[in-house]
Amino acid sequence: MIMNHEPDLLQALPAVTEEELAVLRDRLAARADADGVLDVAYRTLDTPVGTLLLAATEAGLVRVAYPIEGHDQVLQALAARVSPRILNAPRRLDPAAREIDEYFAGQRHVFDLPLDYRLATGFRRKVLGHLPGIGYGTTASYATVAAAVGSPRAFRAVGTACATNPLPVVLPCHRVIKSGGDLGNYRGGPAAKQLLLNLEAA
Amino acid sequence: MAEHGATVLRVCRAVLGPADADDAWSETFLAALKAYPRLPADANVEAWLVTIAHRKAIDVTRAAARRAVPVADVPEPPPAGQADGRDTELADALAALPRRQREAIAYHYLAGLPYQDVAAITGGSTDAARRAAADGIARLRKTYPGAALPDGENS
Repeated sequence: MIMNHEPDLLQALPAVTEEELAVLRDRLAARADADGVLDVAYRTLDTPVGTLLLAATEAGLVRVAYPIEGHDQVLQALAARVSPRILNAPRRLDPAAREIDEYFAGQRHVFDLPLDYRLATGFRRKVLGHLPGIGYGTTASYATVAAAVGSPRAFRAVGTACATNPLPVVLPCHRVIKSGGDLGNYRGGPAAKQLLLNLEAA
Repeated sequence: MAEHGATVLRVCRAVLGPADADDAWSETFLAALKAYPRLPADANVEAWLVTIAHRKAIDVTRAAARRAVPVADVPEPPPAGQADGRDTELADALAALPRRQREAIAYHYLAGLPYQDVAAITGGSTDAARRAAADGIARLRKTYPGAALPDGENS
């Protein structure tokens, strides 16, 4: 874009403050939601495993992203894969934020949220659907999960499904570990996986 | 789109004044959100948003004119400037300019659009847009008390 030199004079105009913009954005989000054009709402949430990005469609929570995934890239991917009608609109994420807060406080062992699985398809989605069956404070091996979804030799594909889980923490792929007891990889990094398992063991 | 929020608000304030700017801003982004999936990937988003803001500002002005009711006693205007601790004198001086000049200044200097784009939005020729902005700035230098006098004038 061509930037035009702004005469010094115009710099005396009152600045637009972040607070003013926040008020306008909230109002816009509410109206967009009411008009059915808020396809993806998002917010961030500070947790012991870092600042998580939470995004929801009208169907439910569609994405939980760790800082190391790059929140800007995640939002761009959501705009491309789901819809460019995407706004910072915390209200739709209030229930998810509350349940995740409760989880990290040790007060919640099961998430009760509408989930939108559209970012996972086929076998990966089948694996994700099995994850809530691995109870709080327990673990399962990649091989066990593969057997449970009816493809005992597909333990590597189970690993891929966990590594690309669009809803980490809420869909507990952190409870899936290697048969020998090694933790294995995790979308949020191995330290986050360890922290979640320690939290649940406490 | 969100990154243009502040620019569009400055543009709306310059064209409409602070009271109606919020409405125009909201209408602009709501309309943009509805139309966004049809926007070509290589479009200049800022120019597109300013084009929408221009139309919404006209709508807001018309709606305000319809609402206006004549009053017998005109209330005293608030003292210029410092109303909420901010310097509003320049905004007041800007508000006193003809609309064409406000639009040209806002779209060219605040939104950073070339005069060709400004003309496409407001109608009229590129030269007319350039002239409107120059005349507006010259007028502001005379009417805004805080404007530094250019070197060599009145010194």
